[in-house]
Formats: sequence, structure tokens, C-alpha cells
Amino acid sequence: MDPDVDPHVLAAVSAGGVLGALARYGLAAAWPHPAGGFPWSTLVINVSGCLLIGVLMVIVTEVAPGRRLLRPFLGVGFLGGYTTFSTYIVDIYRTAEAHAPWVALAYLGLTLAGAVAAVWAGWEAASRLVRR
Amino acid sequence: MTLLLVALGAAIGAPLRYLTDRAIQRRHDSVFPWGTMTVNVLGSFVLGLVTALPSDTAVTALVGTGFCGALTTYSTFSFETLRLVRDGNRFYAAANVVVSIVAGLGAAAIGIILGAAVG
Repeated sequence: MDPDVDPHVLAAVSAGGVLGALARYGLAAAWPHPAGGFPWSTLVINVSGCLLIGVLMVIVTEVAPGRRLLRPFLGVGFLGGYTTFSTYIVDIYRTAEAHAPWVALAYLGLTLAGAVAAVWAGWEAASRLVRR
Repeated sequence: MTLLLVALGAAIGAPLRYLTDRAIQRRHDSVFPWGTMTVNVLGSFVLGLVTALPSDTAVTALVGTGFCGALTTYSTFSFETLRLVRDGNRFYAAANVVVSIVAGLGAAAIGIILGAAVG
């Protein structure tokens, strides 16, 4: 393993990842979708996680730049564990396979557009608040 | 029990993403986010495989929801895409989106076909 890796950072990433994954699991379990149906829970998880990473990046760079474990714990760990690319991809595949190719395509596009717009919105909103 | 398995999978998946990204990004000078793309495509393959194997709640929780969910990330993927746009690298941003999704779908398909053949 890379000898320069800080074990505190690694532990923060792992702990944050566990909490994020449990939050995602809870939301997905509370809001399941049928085969061929629209995977709303994963969309909401991914878009909300993107909004939060936009906010977090402003906090990490402008509000609390000295907090060494903040980004590993909340960004790489929690939000990385909360959001998921693999479920997004497999849901697109399975939805298309369940004879709902338009649902799959809409899900692909809505998540992507919503996620990038959410990072931008979170970043902009936090930047404006910070500069006040 | 399911909660513990999800937690255990994530406890391994998240730091593995961090270490993989670090190892890949230090090996080249490009601004292209190869590290995130690698874990996302790899995780899509593994999740495809797991969903195609005979249904097992414990394996799904540990490897699917926990490990693959934490190994892959949508927040960093979107953040890096937006950063490329902001830095004027629109081509890289578009390439990141298209290649991540196409390669992810291809990897998931291979995993699903492989899982169905084995299981």
C-alpha cells in the first residue's frame, strides 16, 4: 500500500462511507421501485448528495480550510458512500431490459442533469452565503 | 444483520475508492478523472455480477449495497464533471460523462451475462 496514506484520513473515509451507505440503504428500503418502474429513490439520493458536495466544497475551501479530516469524512466518505454510480448503471440496464427503454433513458438523463445542476446550485448558493 | 453487512461492505468499499483514485491520479498529469471512472466502471461490473447470481440477501447487502455502493460515487463524478466545465475543458467533461456511462453499462452487461452463466 501507498506509504504516504494517512491512516486517520483512511479511517475517516471508511467511517463516513459506512454512515453514507446506511443512509442510502434506509432511503432505498423505504422507497422501493418495481421492475420497469422509475428508480426515484436512487435519483433523489444521487441528486441530494450532489447538492451537498457542492456546498461542502465551498466549506472545505473557504470556510474551514484547516480542517484536515472534513473532506475525507464528509466528502469522500459520507457523500461517496451515500451516492452510487453502480446502482444507477445497473438500474438503467435492468429497466431497459424490463421493456421500459424510455423509462431507462429518462432516468439516465434526469439523474445526470439533476446531479450536475445540483452540484452547481449547492456551490453557488454556498459561495454567495460565504461572501456576504 | 443486513445493516451490519451493508456497513461492513461500505467500510471496505469507500477507502478502496480513495486508495484506487489516489494510486491512479498520481500516475499521470492529465486533469481527466481516470480514478473515479475506474472505480465506477469496476463497481458497475461487480454489481451486475451480484444481481445476476441466484438471489442471496446477505451477499446483496454486503457486496451490492455496501461494497459496490460505497466503491462507486455519483457525487464525485458530477463534481469532477462540473469542475472540468468550469476550467474550460468542455470536451473532457463530455467525454467523462459519455465514457463513464457507456463503459459502466458495458461492464454491468458483462457482469450480468457472466453471473447468469455461472449461477
